Amino acid sequence: MVVDPILMEGVLAVIKIVILLGLVFTTVAYLSYAERRVSAIIQDRLGPNRVGPMGLLQPLADGIKFMWKEDFTPANADRTIFAIAPVIILVPSLLIFAVIPAGGEITIPAFSILGLQVPETITRLQIIDLNVGILYILGMTSIGVYGIALGGWSANNKFSLLGGIRASAQMISYELSLGLSIVGILMLTGSLQMSNIVGAQDSITNWNIFRQPLAFLIFVVAAFAENNRLPFDLVECEQELVGGYHTEYSSMSFSMFMIAEYASMTAASAMMATLFFGGWHMPFEDLFSPALAVIYQTAGFIIKTAFFLFVYIWVRWSLPRFRYDQLMGIGWKVLLPLALVNVVITGVWMLV
Amino acid sequence: MAIVVKARKMTLSERLYFPSIIKGMLLTLSHMFKKKVTMQYPEVQKILPVGYRGAHRLNKDDQDRVKCVACEMCAVACPAHCITIEGMESGWEDREKIPRTFQIDMLRCIFCGMCVEACPEDAIDMTNNIDLVAITREAMIWDKDRLLANFDDSKDQKGTLGQSLRGGQVSFTRPRGQALLPDKDGH
Repeated sequence: MVVDPILMEGVLAVIKIVILLGLVFTTVAYLSYAERRVSAIIQDRLGPNRVGPMGLLQPLADGIKFMWKEDFTPANADRTIFAIAPVIILVPSLLIFAVIPAGGEITIPAFSILGLQVPETITRLQIIDLNVGILYILGMTSIGVYGIALGGWSANNKFSLLGGIRASAQMISYELSLGLSIVGILMLTGSLQMSNIVGAQDSITNWNIFRQPLAFLIFVVAAFAENNRLPFDLVECEQELVGGYHTEYSSMSFSMFMIAEYASMTAASAMMATLFFGGWHMPFEDLFSPALAVIYQTAGFIIKTAFFLFVYIWVRWSLPRFRYDQLMGIGWKVLLPLALVNVVITGVWMLV
Repeated sequence: MAIVVKARKMTLSERLYFPSIIKGMLLTLSHMFKKKVTMQYPEVQKILPVGYRGAHRLNKDDQDRVKCVACEMCAVACPAHCITIEGMESGWEDREKIPRTFQIDMLRCIFCGMCVEACPEDAIDMTNNIDLVAITREAMIWDKDRLLANFDDSKDQKGTLGQSLRGGQVSFTRPRGQALLPDKDGH
């Protein structure tokens, strides 16, 4: 019996989703370890190094600790919203990864298993190549605001509420610059599809970082604000708001907020690599045989993403937090006009 | 009249903000390659300075007997009242009394060293032993055997504030600026 290609596609999609989720959760777990380790190294300390070799089992210990803690709900909280807010923020941050291409096309040769004939299949290292990929990503990142705002509001705590309000204001302001900074790339590529954007950067000379350096700067700043990372972590600043929107959360629901934060950080880093640094395209990829090239490209993509994740942590332990009015000022008075100027310059450059 | 403070006008590179950010980030990056200050405690132990006031010991004389004569001067000098001594007749020729019990409650002790100062016989000393850990309060009360055993463990250490270190001079405070540095053996 020959396997239907459509069924094959479905099976492959499930396999890819499982692998990707595994990868993302592992990344998130080790990102929490990396954050503590890098922060320690920057501060001339050693960081967690006792659980397992080099402290590598620390995320596991943290996970076990989170699971055994009491999941506490404040007395006057809106229980339903309080319970679903972490889910609202976690799910979209994981969904972003569906459209991010981790590598080029791979060919699975025909084989037979349990009497089933599987035909030769060509598949992408990407769960789905939506033709509105960028719009989908922007949509998903903006859903995350609801999780933070609702989580802050439902807890019936003034600090959480303040955090939630700040989140909604901050994320909406920076989403504009985030979206507008990508417009230049969309104009150059002429497509919203991730595979086309990556395809347009097939050699290092036409990587978007060299064609849109200003857009990259705006994108990085806006992405930091979007992910509520320092220097823009006014949403959860410990000194003023005791932790902001997740003040009242504990146990696994708190850890869901953390997973969401790190997952969206990873997604943003993958976006930076994809949009500006050629995605999975690497220099000298023609030197490899096709099979090796795929591995080389995927490894290159992972290294690029890992580098931006390191930058996230590095910036966090270097820069102090912005004041709230400065944050809004930069968002509306600097980044937004700059993004618009960038769009205009790109348009003029394309016409001339 | 209020003093008018003229704010310095920022230069272009300062207003651009990014040069300063890059400067700061290079600084943190340079710290990544510096020597770490963390000491891996149980594996690596700190070298304590001479004169460190750790756990007490009861010194022994050259005949391996307890030096203490149960005069209770240390117990009287102790500001925390952590020393309990019960004397008994020694039956030895060279002295009348020795302690039957000698207890120091390490939980009450403030490690001031006044017992060492008070001792006329140079019988009590403080050592570099800082492993003062137990899981019950009772176990933190060190008795005579334990204090004598601490002497056996720290035989090679000089006494902390006792006459053996000071050469007979009694001065409770050391002169200003004269640091107590580790000697060649690291004690």
